[in-house]
Amino acid sequence: MKSLEELRAIKAQMQMKIGIRNDDSATAHVVVGMATCGIAAGARAVATAFTNEIANAGLNTVAVTLSGCAGMCALEPIVEVTIGDAEKVVYVKMDAEKAARVVKEHIVGGNVVTEYTIAAAK
Amino acid sequence: MEKINVKINGREYAVTKGATVLEACREVGIDIPTLCYLKDINAIGACRICLVEVVGARGLVAACVYPVDKEGMEILTNTPKVIAARKTTLELILSTHNRKCLSCVRSGNCELQKLCRDYGIENETRFEGEVIHYDIDDTAVHMIRDNSKCILCRRCSAACAKLQHVGVIGANDRGFKTHIGSAFEANLGDVACISCGQCINVCPTGALYEKDETAKVFDAINDPEKIVVVQTAPSVRVGLGEAFGMPIGTIVTGKMVAALKRLGFDGVFDTNFTADLTIMEEATEFLDRYSKKENLPLITSCSPGWIKFCEHYHPDMIPNLSSCKSPQGMFGAVAKTYYAEKLGVDPAKIFSVSIMPCTAKKFEATRVDHSAVEGLADVDVALTVRELARMIDQAGIRFTELPDEEFDAPFGLGSGAGTIFGATGGVMEAALRTAAEVVTGKPLEKLEFHDVRGVAGIKEATYNLAGNEIRVAVASGIENAHQLLKSVKSGEKQYDFIEIMACPGGCVNGGGQPIQPASVRNFVDVRAVRAAALYKDDESLPVRKSHENPDITRIYDEYFGKPGSHKAHDILHTGYVARPKY
Amino acid sequence: MYRSHVLVCGGTGCTSSGSQQVINTLEAEIKKNGLEEEIKVIRTGCFGLCAVGPIMIVYPEGSFYSRVSADDIPEIVTEHLLKGRPVKRLLYEETVDGDNIKSLNHTNFYFKQNRVALRNCGVINPENIDEYIAYNGYEALGKCLTEYTPDEVIQIVLDSGLRGRGGAGFPTGLKWKFASGNRGQVQKYVCCNADEGDPGAFMDRSVLEGDPHSVLEAMAIAGYAIGANQGYIYVRAEYPIAVARLEIAIKQAREYGLLGKNIFGTDFSFDIELRLGAGAFVCGEETALMTSIEGKRGEPRPRPPFPAVKGLFGQPTILNNVETYANIPQIILKGAAWFAGMGTEKSKGTKVFALGGKIHNVGLVEVPMGTTLREVVEEIGGGVPNGKKFKAAQTGGPSGGCIPAHLIDTPLDYESMAAIGSIVGSGGLIVMDEDNCMVDIAKFFLEFTMDESCGKCTPCRIGTKRLYELLDKITKGQGTMEDLDKMEELCNYIKANSLCGLGQTAPNPVLSTLRYFRDEYIAHVQDKTCPAGVCKDLLSYEIIADKCKGCTACARNCPVSAISGKVKEAHVIDKTKCIKCGACVEKCKFGAIIKK
Repeated sequence: MKSLEELRAIKAQMQMKIGIRNDDSATAHVVVGMATCGIAAGARAVATAFTNEIANAGLNTVAVTLSGCAGMCALEPIVEVTIGDAEKVVYVKMDAEKAARVVKEHIVGGNVVTEYTIAAAK
Repeated sequence: MEKINVKINGREYAVTKGATVLEACREVGIDIPTLCYLKDINAIGACRICLVEVVGARGLVAACVYPVDKEGMEILTNTPKVIAARKTTLELILSTHNRKCLSCVRSGNCELQKLCRDYGIENETRFEGEVIHYDIDDTAVHMIRDNSKCILCRRCSAACAKLQHVGVIGANDRGFKTHIGSAFEANLGDVACISCGQCINVCPTGALYEKDETAKVFDAINDPEKIVVVQTAPSVRVGLGEAFGMPIGTIVTGKMVAALKRLGFDGVFDTNFTADLTIMEEATEFLDRYSKKENLPLITSCSPGWIKFCEHYHPDMIPNLSSCKSPQGMFGAVAKTYYAEKLGVDPAKIFSVSIMPCTAKKFEATRVDHSAVEGLADVDVALTVRELARMIDQAGIRFTELPDEEFDAPFGLGSGAGTIFGATGGVMEAALRTAAEVVTGKPLEKLEFHDVRGVAGIKEATYNLAGNEIRVAVASGIENAHQLLKSVKSGEKQYDFIEIMACPGGCVNGGGQPIQPASVRNFVDVRAVRAAALYKDDESLPVRKSHENPDITRIYDEYFGKPGSHKAHDILHTGYVARPKY
Repeated sequence: MYRSHVLVCGGTGCTSSGSQQVINTLEAEIKKNGLEEEIKVIRTGCFGLCAVGPIMIVYPEGSFYSRVSADDIPEIVTEHLLKGRPVKRLLYEETVDGDNIKSLNHTNFYFKQNRVALRNCGVINPENIDEYIAYNGYEALGKCLTEYTPDEVIQIVLDSGLRGRGGAGFPTGLKWKFASGNRGQVQKYVCCNADEGDPGAFMDRSVLEGDPHSVLEAMAIAGYAIGANQGYIYVRAEYPIAVARLEIAIKQAREYGLLGKNIFGTDFSFDIELRLGAGAFVCGEETALMTSIEGKRGEPRPRPPFPAVKGLFGQPTILNNVETYANIPQIILKGAAWFAGMGTEKSKGTKVFALGGKIHNVGLVEVPMGTTLREVVEEIGGGVPNGKKFKAAQTGGPSGGCIPAHLIDTPLDYESMAAIGSIVGSGGLIVMDEDNCMVDIAKFFLEFTMDESCGKCTPCRIGTKRLYELLDKITKGQGTMEDLDKMEELCNYIKANSLCGLGQTAPNPVLSTLRYFRDEYIAHVQDKTCPAGVCKDLLSYEIIADKCKGCTACARNCPVSAISGKVKEAHVIDKTKCIKCGACVEKCKFGAIIKK
């Protein structure tokens, strides 16, 4: 290592990977329903997609966690996105492609992808 | 030397800046007691006897190492707190000490005993408790170690490792179980100890002492069948007086002879005579090797401590050793051959005793492989000066009141060259006096070779004798010998002739001399004072060169023919053997 | 990209409780469930709450599992990792609040803590230098080399108020300043004291095992500050995991050029080597440590000269404790004022304490200096178990004194502890209850220092032995009042006359217990009793005749047949035969046997 810049490059790279090891510092939460219905509907792929898209976007303070059955089994895979103090947004019938768009437009861009929300599904 | 203003016990003084509190107080006539401190050898602040108060310092300080480096420092050496602490330290030491002073060889000359008396210790058992038993180690030829009297000052192990580069003794175990011993609790007789006795010289108590062989000598003297002859080394005449309270550096040759005669020895002779004989043989040996450029540098062989060191640790240098016996060895040899023949008696009847400043001579006396007479030792008993002093006391001889008497013939004449053997550089100078005159064929204008005198550890000089460059070196103390040999083996230095003495300063500081306590050794260079007396003695003697000693001329005419002759080689020369390090 | 990190504690405590098996099973179960791409398992250093190990934290949720065994793992994997449902019954009870799961930082144990020296322990994989770098590792060193002069670095450390955490509490900046003269003109050394000899102390061990790079980085910063290019870490051989982690860390740092020549492209070079101790407590003393590194018998040397002037190999040397070093990188990055903003006026920053003895939450805690003993014992420690009463806390290990119950509000800082006759020391904090005998405690600590004495100086070599013999006499009921006086006198003598800190502090437990629990000593001496019921020779077991039913259970179980009596008749213990093993008390169903 010949310079401080090289050190900082490694740090930046690593922080992406370990950013989730922080209890209270997540600025956004993405909760993917992973009960039996969710798993059957393909929620695992959705969770993975979210994880990867968030990583690619260079965000290391967004936590992706799982939860149990929310009740609306017909609408699985269900993903709840909460950014900061804003109200929770519930996305339904998600897949990997939609996940990418949510990350880009909502989490990064700040604009809810209304057509995927539960309100739009009703 | 920069001075600094300090206050000692309330009074103002100017003392040397940077000196230790101990030295600074001594400068103004104030003594601080010590037990473990030995200048240049052991400055470790371990015994805690020398603790004093320094205003503003964190706690009590060890005077032997604490530097006086602040202007206005206030030192208090005798406050009630300090005195109480010293008493407790002594009482604690006593609680583990073998307190049988009555039968101890150091009673009257023990540093612990003196302090207990000075501080009025009344209760030896105030801190009575467990005492660990240690077996006495009497496995070495020359000495005994009794750990029950050891106060763990570490002076012995420091002398062995630092002064002598041998390091076969040290502290084993830790805490209360600490004791002095050798690696893996080996016996002293089984490790590569060189028998130099420096450890005995520095021991403050009776934990280390020479093996006493005076009984054997008294027995021989009292045996009407035996002809008991005694030889006295050069250093004895300058050391013996100290055992009777005479000032360091007093030459007592005449009284020494008188005492020996009154003890009943049949023949009282001078080792200086065989010192001259050694010079004759060794100078011849040197000139021979030098002309052939073989086995150079030639290294002297009269110090058995050095010889043992060479055999254990540098056996590759054995070919460089002079094949000459030491003056002690040569004397024993001629006593049992030339002398026996002259008297017309069976050599087995001759009991040859030596008085030496040395403990390694006891080891040398056991080297019977090359004795002059097969089956007989050259020297039957080698006594230290301390043992002789005890014999004189036991026999009720009032040493200081004795008249001066003369040695006996035919070995009574020693030259000045012989007498300076006791100082480091003395053998070299003696050899040069003879070699120079042999090589140049002319008498010397000045007999003194100052370059090889003095207490410096290593000395070197180059002399031009009739166009020949002779490079010489002198080392005393095995640490210095080690350094010297290192430089020779690496090729950094080249010499033709080297003198090595095991004891720092030469035989005057031998392991068998009267013991001077640390309170003297820390402030007086005992070696220098004793050596100076020998050089003065040399100046006063009528014959100052070995080859001009008429007794020497006679022995060659009557017996050996010439130096280096076949007979000389048979009787006066010896061999060496490599010994293992472990 | 992993969506979840599972951190399992690999500190010595949890490892001996089986955390390695937990990790192995975890990895196997994750594989079985096809989750290897999503879940990352990391073995970290000590979290501190050793009382409930093995410990496991699942991120990003922050679920804190305690007392995890390999058998619990399949359930945790399928329920939590796969389905997102944390297994409540296995979570650390304090974090479970009805349906909510509290963050760890809000539990009693962690709430008042401020982990500075321990910041990375339990958070990173100590065997991966990249993770250290991710958490600002080696930034501080880079900052020093590129933005500060060596004198400026020393000034920062001075301003922070950091004091040596090994026990002496000497201002670190001052120590570095003393060694900073003649930079570049003379060989100098930076040493780290990782010998941690106090029985029961494991603060340094946890830092070395959990965050070794913090020590390496700090030593390099120290080297830059004083002008040294070589460092030595003297680590006790009884810490094999720490040794292994240090070796890995040094290797990785060298590979990255963070140790070695021309660090960060500057002309500053620094390298570190390990030296292993061989089982001597005294080698934790500064000069004895250096003498040991030199290959000689580990014995201390008189000072002056001080190591900053003449230390290792006779050269200017600084020696600091592991914990002291662990604070340095943060001080550089966050500034002196930040550090000085914690703690008290004279004792800045935080201190790591190893909480042990009669306390619920045994483990490692780091609190701001000045936190009271009461807060540590009652809040963080969770109080004394089994309904017993707090009696005293021994701080500073065998060199320290005890803090009695009436002084429980004493702030834990250098000056306050010294004022009451104790020391902060290296951080050992042993809690004692009414069942501990203070005379026995003093004897326990003195036995240790007596055994560990190097033997060089008279007061410690012989003094501690004689002192111990006196204490032993007292615990055996053979002491006299004169013995108490003699003991006190000997204590003060040993303190004032010993060559090094071992002897100078060895009498502290005795002096301190004499000061605050003198009546216990007097009971041993005059009444020949041990009020706490510990000193065996002063105990007697007795059968209360009224309560004894004569069931003979005690007599049958007595190993030396000291109990006699007929069936259905009151039994009697022969006190001359009784060895006070207590087996009879255990067997008696009627509570008829008492210990007096």
